[in-house]
Amino acid sequence: MPVTTTEVLPIRTSDDVVRVRQAVRVRAVGIGLGLVDQTKIITAASELARNTLDYGGGGEVRLDVMQEGARRGLRLSFVDQGPGIPDIARALTDHYTTGGGLGLGLGGAKRLSNEFHIESTPGVGTRVTIARWK
Amino acid sequence: MAVDGTAALTQTVAAEEAGIRAAWLALLKAGGSLQTGRIREAELDTQARTVLEQLRDGLAAAGTDVRADAYAALRDTLSEISRSRAIQGFTPTDTANFVFSLKEPVFAAIDRTHGGDPAAATGGTWAASHLLDALGLHTMEVFLAGREEVIGRQGQEIAELSTPVVRLWDGILALPLIGTLDSARTGVVMENLLQAIVDEEAEIAIIDITGVPTVDTLVAQHLLKAIAAARLMGADCIVSGIRPQIAQTMVHLGVELNVVSKSTLADAFALALKRTGRIVTRRQSALSPTAS
Repeated sequence: MPVTTTEVLPIRTSDDVVRVRQAVRVRAVGIGLGLVDQTKIITAASELARNTLDYGGGGEVRLDVMQEGARRGLRLSFVDQGPGIPDIARALTDHYTTGGGLGLGLGGAKRLSNEFHIESTPGVGTRVTIARWK
Repeated sequence: MAVDGTAALTQTVAAEEAGIRAAWLALLKAGGSLQTGRIREAELDTQARTVLEQLRDGLAAAGTDVRADAYAALRDTLSEISRSRAIQGFTPTDTANFVFSLKEPVFAAIDRTHGGDPAAATGGTWAASHLLDALGLHTMEVFLAGREEVIGRQGQEIAELSTPVVRLWDGILALPLIGTLDSARTGVVMENLLQAIVDEEAEIAIIDITGVPTVDTLVAQHLLKAIAAARLMGADCIVSGIRPQIAQTMVHLGVELNVVSKSTLADAFALALKRTGRIVTRRQSALSPTAS
């Protein structure tokens, strides 16, 4: 899938989460996503960026603008070198949390995206990729 | 090497102080420091004299180590100059140039005093360059620290100003939230809200989130906590200003606020009035001005 633009942002502090949201908003507007879809991908990005920060100990996000024929999309990859997720199915279960949150972020991000992919190795790190197409 | 660079520089500044100052002032004036009228000639003279004297003393006591105690007086003077120039409206470049423009006269003076000894002249020039760079950067740091102080203070002011609790009616409060809701701001919001509930003996608090750009699970959790705390204080909450896209997103996220919500602040206010036994009606005469 041809990627037209790529941007990598660090996620080290909670201010970075705000910056990620702003960058995602700019890209989402750029590919012509409607207001609802913009809000969905921004919210999903906010959840995943905060997970990267709180559970992954910080990491980075890669924003790819993709073009497939006339269709344009935004793909976000959140990568950390944190402790990893031992049981991904359980982590995706609503209201399950290990950190005192609502336990809806990861599953919510999945529901807010067109594509969702997660790979995690305990002790190595986690990569969550989501995409939203126009 | 008979004379090392630092010693050559120290000797030069001590011996040629008057000459360096005259050349430096000429350069500063030529560079336009006086043209804008922001600073008087006498003030510039005094600043140049003080800086050179303190530079001479610093060199004699501590060589080119600008972090040494012997340079404390010079660092303070430069900080003061940097600050006053920022207030006078000089750019950071102008301020740094005040120090950097000292290089040319100092290099020329080293050439005059140690011209016959190339090794000492080179060493002295290097030491001077190194020292003046460090001092120039010091003025920049002070300038930036001043700016950061202002930014930090503004951040705090925004945090306080952007979380007002307003009294709409007897016993009805509104809390219009604007901007990003992080943990620190939520703390301020909750404190203000709970205190206002006590002060106003409020029955109903309307939390308006029209100005919150993104409602994710963390924001939702903060809201739920504020609502729960308000309930414990005996006040009911109404959440208003949930835009259509936010509503859809919250449904997908699976967040349930378990609280009465209205799309606009006006609707929430109407509901709050109704709950406290009041109604808003239009005056009959105003309704039909042509009826008579």
